[in-house]
Amino acid sequence: MESYAGRVLLIRADLVEEIAAHARRDHPDEACGVIAGPEGSDRPERFIPMLNAARSPTFYEFDSGDLLRLYRDMDDRNEVPVVIYHSHTATEAHPSRTDISLASEPEAHYVLVSTRDQAEPNHTGHDLRSFRIVDGVVTEEQVEVVETYMFAHTGADDVPDRDASV
Amino acid sequence: MAVTVSIPTILRTHTGGEKSVEAKGSTVGEVIDDLDSRHSGIAGRLVNNGSLHRFVNIYVDDEDIRFAGGLNAPVGENSNVTILPAVAGG
Repeated sequence: MESYAGRVLLIRADLVEEIAAHARRDHPDEACGVIAGPEGSDRPERFIPMLNAARSPTFYEFDSGDLLRLYRDMDDRNEVPVVIYHSHTATEAHPSRTDISLASEPEAHYVLVSTRDQAEPNHTGHDLRSFRIVDGVVTEEQVEVVETYMFAHTGADDVPDRDASV
Repeated sequence: MAVTVSIPTILRTHTGGEKSVEAKGSTVGEVIDDLDSRHSGIAGRLVNNGSLHRFVNIYVDDEDIRFAGGLNAPVGENSNVTILPAVAGG
């Protein structure tokens, strides 16, 4: 059984839409990518769709060269992968056994979106859920969608959001 | 001859939280053995039955060692070795 354990993914609505659009575009293959954010902020900011090198409806894997460039680039910007997302194209938006055994970023929010026929959109507008995966243990967390991080309790809010139209 | 090895988040429990450590060796295999002598258990996370774990990537500078001899890939002086777990799933 999973519990929310008080954890929350706070994410901008435009980033949720980017994930869903990428998943639709690559359907029936799985889509995957990262949303990077400043180290220590837990704030997803920079949307980075990745190529699924497996080009498969049941598996995803970043290309190894792309992976190195991605992590170098994040390092240079003092970013971490705040969100790691991928789609399930025939099953629910829940980590599979493979997802759990291969999860290697204990601090990331693993976001899954389902594009299956019977997908059931939730409050995010999509069949999209978020999980922590640490040492084989899956914990679902709430997804709180916001228009901007400006007024959300995400720590340092001294930098206004780019899309804030106040 | 020291090589700098970047350690991914998930393996930093073996390095006391350090993001990068120094190691010695003229091949990736030797570098891993040297790492394991000071950071016990790390080799077991990278190598499986004498070959690189399927879902671990190791790079010497910009080259994925799978295309450069695997664990026998040469490591030059002042090389950077980067370890990155695959981002993959089903």
